[in-house]
Amino acid sequence: MLSDRLKSFFGGGTRSPTGPLPQPAPLGGARPPARTQPSQKESRLRTSRGLEEFFHHIREQSGLTILDLGGASQENVSFITNLGHRLYSEDFLHIMEETFGLDNNVDQSNPGRIEYFLQQALDYPEGHFDGVLIWDSLEYLTPPLLAAVTDRLRKIVRPDGYMLAFFHSDDKQEAVPLYTFRIQSVNTLELVRQGMHRPPQLFNNRNLEKLFGRFDSVKFFLTREQLREVIVKT
Amino acid sequence: MWNKRRDEEQPQSFSPPVTPAPQAQAPTQPKKEATAVSGIPVGRMEMDSKVGGTATIGKAVKIVGQIHSKEDLFVDGDLEGTVEALEHKLTIGPNGTLHATVKAREVVVLGTIQGNVEAADKMEIRKDARLVGDIRTARIVIEDGAYFKGSIDIVKPEIAKSAPKPQAQAAAAAPTPVAAGADTKR
Repeated sequence: MLSDRLKSFFGGGTRSPTGPLPQPAPLGGARPPARTQPSQKESRLRTSRGLEEFFHHIREQSGLTILDLGGASQENVSFITNLGHRLYSEDFLHIMEETFGLDNNVDQSNPGRIEYFLQQALDYPEGHFDGVLIWDSLEYLTPPLLAAVTDRLRKIVRPDGYMLAFFHSDDKQEAVPLYTFRIQSVNTLELVRQGMHRPPQLFNNRNLEKLFGRFDSVKFFLTREQLREVIVKT
Repeated sequence: MWNKRRDEEQPQSFSPPVTPAPQAQAPTQPKKEATAVSGIPVGRMEMDSKVGGTATIGKAVKIVGQIHSKEDLFVDGDLEGTVEALEHKLTIGPNGTLHATVKAREVVVLGTIQGNVEAADKMEIRKDARLVGDIRTARIVIEDGAYFKGSIDIVKPEIAKSAPKPQAQAAAAAPTPVAAGADTKR
């Protein structure tokens, strides 16, 4: 099975050749806070086959509508608009903090809160987007909110649209790096580390297949690093 | 043209902002200082200057209505309505808060805008600025730390300049988003 192969592949947790991947905070003992800030932001370049695959689907057309859930960055805005597309920007993490508190200390299973969050972050007409850059946003969500968000994404992305999502591959970690993703080229990302965060849940491949089970297809990309790339077709 | 303070008893005289302020209040003020007003009824302001300087709306000023500026404009106060400076630069200062539709040649945001923005030449969203709305511009600069929620359409400068002013015509001419940067890679 693919998931078994991936599991064995990710088991090693190798480092990036362009620079050491920042190690998470010590995991033994007390749980880390939900989010910590680094004393100094670190960044590194990373080859991304998932990004390459995403652009393979959208670069042959122009005038598409792309949603970026990572907030506005100069690099992403320039890259997407230079391809001739219209870019929508949503700062998913910022809206999460506004809705559920900085440490996500407000119940993410509250239906009213979930609805409010969806209105703030994903209030778009059905089939509005041709593609979504999710990055690692889904890692911040607890199961009830995650289910609501994936349902909403399925509605607002047109059929045959594509989404790119990242998941940390080591599901034994309690804290993982918090990144912003900046597009450098069709297959290169700059990852800027913003701190550490404790995901409500970490995903193995079987979890991901289940999470996106209602979508048309899910494609995993093997990496030698600690991020798992997923292309989802709606 | 704009004074730091204006007496509460004469808010009616605000509408023609080119009217010089009372000499006794700001005899040594430069011409382009802000006029501090509050509780101004909805109205229309037109700013014109043969000198071509920058008009300033100070942080203690709240304006509800329409502003048409024929010179560069710096807004550091509260503003609701519409702002047009079609051939000039509009700067929203760090204390500025706009709930407005904005059209200008160039827009620089250091404060807050809630509303759609058209910047024919260039748009800058500086660090700590906050913009919620849709942007149409030829070029855009977004600094790290800025918050933006909305859509970005990059339009050719010549398209932006020749775009018809009436909204109805604009809507008819561009029923779908204008493709960005035709001279760039596809």
